[in-house]
Amino acid sequence: MSTDHSAHGGSSHGSAGSYVIGFVLAVILTAAAFMVVMGHSLSPSATLTTIAALAAVQVVVHLVFFLHMNTTSEQAWNNKVFLFTLGFVVILIVGTLFIMGNTAAHMMSR
Amino acid sequence: MAHDTTLSDAHAEHEHHELPTVFGFWVYLMTDCIIFGSLFAVFAVLRNQFAGGPTGKELFELSGLALETALLLVSSITYGFGMIAAHKGEIKSVQMWLGVTFLLGLGFVFLELKEFSHMIAEGAGPDRSAFLSAFFTLVSTHGLHVSCGLVWIIVMIVQLSGVTAINERTMNKLTMLSLFWHFLDIVWICVFTYVYLASMI
Repeated sequence: MSTDHSAHGGSSHGSAGSYVIGFVLAVILTAAAFMVVMGHSLSPSATLTTIAALAAVQVVVHLVFFLHMNTTSEQAWNNKVFLFTLGFVVILIVGTLFIMGNTAAHMMSR
Repeated sequence: MAHDTTLSDAHAEHEHHELPTVFGFWVYLMTDCIIFGSLFAVFAVLRNQFAGGPTGKELFELSGLALETALLLVSSITYGFGMIAAHKGEIKSVQMWLGVTFLLGLGFVFLELKEFSHMIAEGAGPDRSAFLSAFFTLVSTHGLHVSCGLVWIIVMIVQLSGVTAINERTMNKLTMLSLFWHFLDIVWICVFTYVYLASMI
């Protein structure tokens, strides 16, 4: 009985179905990003915004369907570390761009 | 019978509380995330410093990029099928899926090295401009991670060849490799979006 149950894999590991859903979503989002750039139908800034948004959505799709992130208590510490890292990286990148942009403006290097 | 018992015990234990090793590996991945974040910040700062050299628009090819992306994306789902087989205890099937994942990853590394050698031969090596230095540092750090993942996949295939059942320890290793491999795919999403596509607009 228990053997039979265990053979089906818990939801926290992801089933074949959830992997396939994640894969299909990832393919659609990737293809959309490539098509937006290849199509040249949007203005440069609109294109950049669109592919950035598509990438953000695809990252979430991968986190949920492939890395199996969820909001269960078992994952609470994983999520805390993840959110800390996310904040860290945002400060790192935005801070770097701000400081280096400011420096470049004052040095008139461009 | 003995085989089934070992598997269900290991599985039940794994399902009810994740071992600290997997959490520890997650923390490592997050620190890796900071490394890539730093390299992306560097690239963002230097992306227009061409020093009179070639720009991304002149260097990058969409077809090669699409193929690399496809290889990595498909390798993600083949690893996923491997994990599903592992939870079912089908060792041969796990090895087969790991083998497929390995070949796809190898194809990715091969294409990347081909692209690099092509660029260097054209005089667009990492020493040409700040843009190219940042490009090669970021993209090859990702490629190096994928290469390490390939070695790890081989190690897992070899380790699985001698066993009759997947114990909890081996399952943890497969779970950590799964996190590693899918994490690299996430980094690649950012690479193809912000490094390649954003340069070609």
